[in-house]
Amino acid sequence: MNGQAASNGDSASPDFIRIENLSKHFDDFVAVDSVSLSIARGELFSILGGSGCGKTTLLRMLAGFEVPTTGRIFIDGIDVTDLPPYERPVNMMFQSYAIFPHMTVESNIGYGLRKDRLPKSEIGSRVDQMLELVKLNDFRHRKPDQLSGGQRQRVALARALIKRPKVLLLDEPLAALDRKLREHTQFELMAIQDRLKITFIVVTHDQEEAMTLSTRIAVMEQGRFEQVGTPKQVYEYPCNRFVADFIGTINTFESRVVGCTDGVIEVESAEAGSHLHALTDKPIASGDSVSIALRPEKIFISQERPDAAEDTCLHGIVEDLGYFGNLSLYRIRLSTGKIVQVSAQNRRRSAERFLEWNDEVWISWQRQSAVVLTE
Amino acid sequence: MTESAVKQFVNRNWQRLIVAVPYLWLLVFFLAPFAIILKISVADPVIAQPPFTPAFDETGRLQATWDNFTFLLTDKLYAITYLKSVTMAASATVLCLLIGFPMAYGIARASAGVRNLLLLLIILPFWISFLLRVYAWMGLMNNYGVINNFLIWLGVIDQPMQLMYRDFAIYVGLVYSYLPFMILPLYATLERMDLDLVDAAMDLGASPSVAFFDVTWPLARPGVVAGCLLVFIPAIGEYVIPYLLGGPEALLIGRVLFDEFFVNRDWPLASAVAIVLLLLLVVPIVLLQRSQARDTELAS
Repeated sequence: MNGQAASNGDSASPDFIRIENLSKHFDDFVAVDSVSLSIARGELFSILGGSGCGKTTLLRMLAGFEVPTTGRIFIDGIDVTDLPPYERPVNMMFQSYAIFPHMTVESNIGYGLRKDRLPKSEIGSRVDQMLELVKLNDFRHRKPDQLSGGQRQRVALARALIKRPKVLLLDEPLAALDRKLREHTQFELMAIQDRLKITFIVVTHDQEEAMTLSTRIAVMEQGRFEQVGTPKQVYEYPCNRFVADFIGTINTFESRVVGCTDGVIEVESAEAGSHLHALTDKPIASGDSVSIALRPEKIFISQERPDAAEDTCLHGIVEDLGYFGNLSLYRIRLSTGKIVQVSAQNRRRSAERFLEWNDEVWISWQRQSAVVLTE
Repeated sequence: MTESAVKQFVNRNWQRLIVAVPYLWLLVFFLAPFAIILKISVADPVIAQPPFTPAFDETGRLQATWDNFTFLLTDKLYAITYLKSVTMAASATVLCLLIGFPMAYGIARASAGVRNLLLLLIILPFWISFLLRVYAWMGLMNNYGVINNFLIWLGVIDQPMQLMYRDFAIYVGLVYSYLPFMILPLYATLERMDLDLVDAAMDLGASPSVAFFDVTWPLARPGVVAGCLLVFIPAIGEYVIPYLLGGPEALLIGRVLFDEFFVNRDWPLASAVAIVLLLLLVVPIVLLQRSQARDTELAS
């Protein structure tokens, strides 16, 4: 039976949820491959990955719907690996919302408490609180098929929260909503999480959603975690090419290391047509093959050659451009044929003219903006 | 009417014209025969061709009598027969539901390839005539039939068991024959059901059996109702199965109906039996539909 919500005064142990070498095999297919993870109390943790990466299977193992092939799951120090879903202090919000179509909004939300045989008066007052929280007071007697998508989503959320679970699992919570509603709901979710102090684990394929929502993100691929870190870490310091590619857009230059001193490496890149520099704390030796990666917004673009000497500076022409109002995206073709994506704020002073197709431009960046990828 | 006027009429009313087809069908092949039977049921039997009095006598006066219906009420035989038919049909329906629900559930949850094969197996017996299949059961169940011989060979029994010509054999026949009519509508509703709903119930603290009664069962109700009606209605008036498999004392309403028509040639009484049977069937169905309509009304 679900316990009460975490008391706030508890020290934030990083091991509130601990997953140890968790695997799930379906016949020959390995859905989750020996994954380990610790999540602190009160975190809003996202598991991010494409379809088929194993993220939903992982979530379903946490909920108790799938039995792990190997590994253990601990929640608040208790081994829940062998507990059935109805005995775990965990509730789940389903991607389909899974609202009982034959029950009203009110009885959907109160279902979990009725199964715990709480007194009627307490169920009533807690359902009222939840209706208040998700702003569905006027809809309590409606049936699910009389609700909009956003309202159904809130019913599902309220139903999953009412038992005050230690952990709330959310499977693609915003995927079914249209863009405007999604942005709004995203902040609502964060506000609710902040208020109730319940640990959230969100599964999503939407990197923007993961970036804005989460305290930490695990990027998952082929049943394994590629990187676990804060949104900033994952975006600014992707640990490998997969993560770099998966989150946002990134330019990579295939290179060979020619020198490494005091954490500054010098590489030779045929794609860039010049030597590049980057900072790294990874152990790298001359002759290694690495990729130098740059986010489009870290690259400056100008019509005249910039004068700062330490900047890497390359020459190219505007192959293509996209105007998005506040910013523009450029695809620059270097003399080597390599295409580099650059984004720039449209802060043009009136004297300058807009860049057009086939304009000759200089692109430049500071060496600390470049990331070294070894895989 | 000119040709273009006809065209215009069709263009404007094509939806009504399409709907008119089934209505016309029901009018000609259901309502009209029903009116005839109703007319015969209030006639007197005569030895003539046809064997009942006409609706109007020579002076043009309407002649109708309740005699047949009062006879049905006064002669205990009919009450007993109706009761026995209803009990047997209801029991067979419950048996079909108990056997059919797990089967339908299993088929609905099987993988796509297996599912189609299982459905085919459910439908396969319809390739063979119903009558032949009932005869086949005689071969299986008689005293020196397959089942008895097999059990004797196994040494479970040393004397043949009396399987045939008992209510037991009728139940076997009814359940065997009407099971597909229970499974198919159940399968249709269960297959559509979102499995996440059961998971959600379990996630919120329901054990698998509680989740079944909270979620699966209420959502399967339309299929349960349809399946039960599809079994109960033909089972109550069943003639062939009790005639072939049941004993002579198995007086069911289908048998009585047949005897009154063909043995006693008392068409008016037989018609009255048929009308009462129809009422016995129609009244519960109408009540059921009302309750379902109320349910959906509540939902909207």
